[in-house]
This record gives sequence, structure tokens and C-alpha cells, in this order.
Amino acid sequence: MNNENVRILVVDDEPIVLKSLSEWFRDDGYAVGSASTGKEALAKLTEEDWDIFLLDVKMPGMSGLELQKKIKEVNPDAVIIIMTAFASVESAVEALKQGAYDYLTKPFDPEHVGHLIRNAVERKNLAAENVRLKKSLDESILAHDIIGGSGGMREVVEAVETVSKTDTSVLIRGESGTGKELVAKAIHANSRRRYMPMIILNCGALPEGILESELFGHEKGAFTGAQYRRKGKFEMADGGSLFLDEIGDISQKTQVNLLRVLEEKKIRRIGGEREIAVDFRLIAATNKNLEGSVESGLFRSDLYYRLNVFTIRIPPLRERRDDIPSLAEHFLRKYSQTTNKHIESIAPEALERMMNYPWPGNVRELENAIERAVVVCKSNAIQVGHLPMSTVETPRVSAEKTLDAVEREHIRSTLAETDWNISQAARFLNIDRVTLYRKIKKYNIKNP
Amino acid sequence: MAEILIFPVGGVDDSITEFLALSLPETLKLPCKVSDSTISLEGAYDIVREQYYSTKLLERLLLHRAGADTKLLGVASVDLFIPPLSFVFGEAQFNNPAAIISIHRLHQRFYGLPEDASLLYHRCEKEAIHELGHCFGLIHCRDFRCVMYLSYSVEDIDLKSNGFCEKCHAVLRKKL
Ligand SMILES: Nc1ncnc2c1ncn2[C@@H]1O[C@H](COP(=O)(O)OP(=O)(O)OP(=O)(O)O)[C@@H](O)[C@H]1O
Ligand SMILES: [Zn+2]
Ligand SMILES: [Zn+2]
Repeated sequence: MNNENVRILVVDDEPIVLKSLSEWFRDDGYAVGSASTGKEALAKLTEEDWDIFLLDVKMPGMSGLELQKKIKEVNPDAVIIIMTAFASVESAVEALKQGAYDYLTKPFDPEHVGHLIRNAVERKNLAAENVRLKKSLDESILAHDIIGGSGGMREVVEAVETVSKTDTSVLIRGESGTGKELVAKAIHANSRRRYMPMIILNCGALPEGILESELFGHEKGAFTGAQYRRKGKFEMADGGSLFLDEIGDISQKTQVNLLRVLEEKKIRRIGGEREIAVDFRLIAATNKNLEGSVESGLFRSDLYYRLNVFTIRIPPLRERRDDIPSLAEHFLRKYSQTTNKHIESIAPEALERMMNYPWPGNVRELENAIERAVVVCKSNAIQVGHLPMSTVETPRVSAEKTLDAVEREHIRSTLAETDWNISQAARFLNIDRVTLYRKIKKYNIKNP
Repeated sequence: MAEILIFPVGGVDDSITEFLALSLPETLKLPCKVSDSTISLEGAYDIVREQYYSTKLLERLLLHRAGADTKLLGVASVDLFIPPLSFVFGEAQFNNPAAIISIHRLHQRFYGLPEDASLLYHRCEKEAIHELGHCFGLIHCRDFRCVMYLSYSVEDIDLKSNGFCEKCHAVLRKKL
């Protein structure tokens, strides 16, 4: 069932409530009607069918409770939700006794109403909708294809296929930019967990305290300033997969806690009492020498063995040069499409240059190089000159040119090159979009 | 000419509005700039709730309506509500020109975590695109990765992308 096939009637004597709730539900795709008195509501009840009713308890004339009774007479299956002010919880309890589905105390938490309505809809009938949703997700899975016919990559793809069918933890090893995240996504997308979220967390970027809070979440008041409870990544990944990048960087304390979660499949939010069961598949990745860290005592060996059940090693690009042409073609197609350019091929000299380059940044560097080449290319084939690694930067840095001046100029020209496409420019410069924005502001660079 | 005009609502850190002006055109394919005028908060405060009534501010924003194709985006740093709900991240008029977002609950600080400016900007961007999506007639999407997914919490916001899924994109393309 689509949301638009679910009909909600809101009954309240306050016009503001009627208006805002109607709009809010309409944004969510429901068909909404409103009535400001019980009498008006009954008239609408005979005109049309409704699935869910939201009734204010206190209305002049007919009260919400009386109205509920009348609705139930006409439509015994109706889902009725009672809305009440803080003071009148008793009447809500009465409504529940008489068969209301649930009640809400004004002002209500949007999350709570949202879930209530969703659950009510689900209860009514959702089988058809689920099929549709799953189908649309299946289509998007095809997007994660891994390119590469080299021996090394064929082994990776085989490993992905094997491990997808199981539920074991996976450890992905490989240098930066070799495609660890892509492989993790492919595992998730091919597993039975694919209809649930895959949660990604880069452990390397976070200090210990924050990492713990990100992973475990916290209860309201767990520490100064924690005004709200917050779900952690373990909980968010429930039913799905959790991808922890840079696992080699986590502290000893977090290692202990992670190990416990993996063993017990339960977590406790920071400052919380309750144990919450979590069910996720862990996919971890690292570009570090974990064995070395185990030996020097920085990484716990019990956690290491726990993670190392199934390992996928992605070889660096320089060790599988056969993949360069097909990857280059793939990215060429991708970026000519997104930029609406008709670039059909890569000139032989350009390809040769790519075959001989060591690619320290691996596939990511190759992808960026092609994206940039597509932007600067004005003909129908990529030439050597379009490749960033072939422009030998002539160090024109004269004595009075400061580092800032060089940076400003580099950013300005990259922005000009990309027509001020911030995402693209940020990728070329290898910085975050927000950082780029800050630098634009700092150097006062203007879009001409 | 179609464009997006950003209005600070009350006092707002202008680096946020400027970031939005720079990044929104990428997704929405429309020019975008920050207006010189500010929307006043006067009379929108609810003493009991200690929050500002979003719909009232939205109406005030509409007074600045310029061309038929101009979308107006209000950016507030105060906490917003609409009457029966305890808070909203934003509000928009379906198929209409005005939308408003609040950055109040987008700060990590609000949840007792150290401030993360970069995360804040990204959340603002997603919520701005989401509300403007409503202005272009989009409803909520079931795909949790789509910017039109209804987010009840910042966790939901962080999970979704700043772009539209295929389906929403197709609807949007017809309107732009
Ligand atoms: N075999 C491949 N086929 C197609 N695209 C690939 C392949 N390998 C990597 N890529 C692309 O290269 C980019 C970098 O890959 P990814 O982010 O997965 O690398 P990573 O190993 O996780 O990097 P890091 O360690 O820096 O996080 C992505 O855009 C990804 O889609
Ligand atoms: Zn919305
Ligand atoms: Zn969508």
C-alpha cells in the first residue's frame, strides 16, 4: 500500500492544529482530511472511507470519546488515535479501554507520531508495499559493480560472493583508495541483510570518547550537556551491516568494548542501564600492518583473531596494471555522462602514461585523474596533456610568493576549471567541501 | 529567472548561509544567493514552549516573494515548532515558494557532543535541500539514503545523502 492510499482524518477544534497536522501528513504522502467538530467528522465518515483517525479529546459539542464510539459503530476496523493535552491523560486511558489504538499528548514528539502512524499503516496491510520497496532497492544494488579482470581482482570478487552468503565478520585489507569501502558495500548489497542499512564509521578520524559515544550512543544526561538520548551506530546497524574503517586506529579501551559487543551481541548506551540486543554483520577495514600492532601490543590479539575470520586483500593498483584500461574506460563513461560531454576514447599515449604511472593513491587517484581530464578535455579523446600527473608543475614560486598566495591561486584556478562546481573542485584538491568553502572565504575568492 | 534566495531568520552565523548559497546550486541546479534583508523573530516566540512558531515565520518570509520562480529559504538558529509537535527541523510549503530550517538541533553541542562544524554544515545542507524539495512538490521518500527521507533525528539526517534518489530526481526534473 502506498502512503497516498492511506487516508487520515484529523479532528480538532483548533484550526492551527488541523492545518499543521494536515500539511505534515501530506508531506509524508498520506491523503488527509480535516474536521473541526464531531458533527463535521461524522458527515465526512459517511461520504468517504478513512483508515486512521486522530481525534482531539476535548472539543465543544461532541467529545472525542463520544465520536470514537460513533466511528467504531460505522467502521469497527478504524484505527483511532486520541490527542490530549497534558492534563487529561485520564480520558485517554478511557479511550484506550474503549478500543483506541493509542494516544498522543500534545505537544507530541514528531518521531513518536511518525512511528505510530507507520505502525498503524503496517498493521493494516503492507505486504504489497514491501515487495515494491525491495524491488526498488534491488535495482540500486546493481550500482556497486566492481571493475577488474586481473587475477587479483577476480579473487576479490570471488571472496565477496562467498562471504556474502554467510554472516561472519570480514576484514578488508588494502592501501588507501584500493576500493575497501566499495567491497564492503558489495558484501552488504549481496547479503541477506541488504534491505537494512549499512552504517559506515571511520574510526581513524575520531578521538576515543567521541568514538565510544558514536558507537554506543548515550542516554539523556549521561554526561554534561547530553540533553537528549542518542542512538549509536551499533543500534543503527541493527539488522544490517556495520562498516568500521581504519579499525587499526582504535584505542585499547575501545578494542575491549568492541570485542565484548561482538561476543555478547548486546550493548548498553553510555549512561544507560538497559541492555539492548543488536544484530549486525561487522565489516572492518585497515591499511595498517595489524600483525605488527599485535606484536608490539598496540592491538589486542583476541580482537585480531575475532576480526580476522575472513580476510579479503585488495592488491594495490600498481600490482594489477591490467585493470587500468577497464577502470579508466569505466570512469570515462561515468564522468562523460555526468558532465554531458561526448568523449569517446583515451588516446594511446595517454593510456600508456597511465599504465606506467605508479598510482600511489590507487583507484581513487585514477578516478580523480579521469574526472579532471574529462572536465578539461575539449575534444572527443583524452590526451596526455589532460592528465594531472603529466603536468610537471613548474615551480614559479618567486621569493616573495607566500604559501598562502600559492594556495589561493591553486584554488582559484581549480574553481575556474570546474566552473565553480564545489564537489568536483573539492575532490580535485583532495579536501572536504566545507574546508574548500572556508578557504574560499579566507582568501576572498569570488565567483566571477 | 528561477533562483533561490536565502534569508537569515533572526541572528544566524553568516558562514552557514554563505555555505548554502555556494552548495545548493549544485544539487538544485538553480542560482542561489543570500538576501540582504533579515526576517524578524518578533511575535513568533512562545513563552511556555520557549520555541518559535515556524509557520508564522514562514508567512513573514512569503512577504519577500519576488518573481514567480523564486524560492525563499529561511535559516534560523532558534528552535522551531509547529503547534502539535514538540519541534521541527524545518517546515515548507508544498508546491509553494517558501521553506524554513532551524539549525538549533543540528549542532552536535545540542546532544552533548563536541561541536563539529563540518558535520553541522552538511546537516544544514541536507535539511535545506529537503525543505526546498517540498517547495518543488516532492513528498517524503522511503529510501533512507534519499534526501527526501523524513528524518526524525540527526542520526537519520547523517544517514541520508545530500542528493535525490532516482525516483525523486525524476519528479524534480519535471519541475526545474
Ligand atoms: N574495482 C573498482 N571498480 C570501480 N570503482 C572502484 C574500484 N575500486 C575502487 N573504485 C572507486 O575508487 C574510489 C575509492 O574507493 P574506496 O573509497 O572504496 O577506497 P578505500 O580503500 O575505502 O579508501 P580509504 O582507505 O582511503 O578509505 C571510489 O570512488 C570507488 O568507487
Ligand atoms: Zn519533509
Ligand atoms: Zn527519494
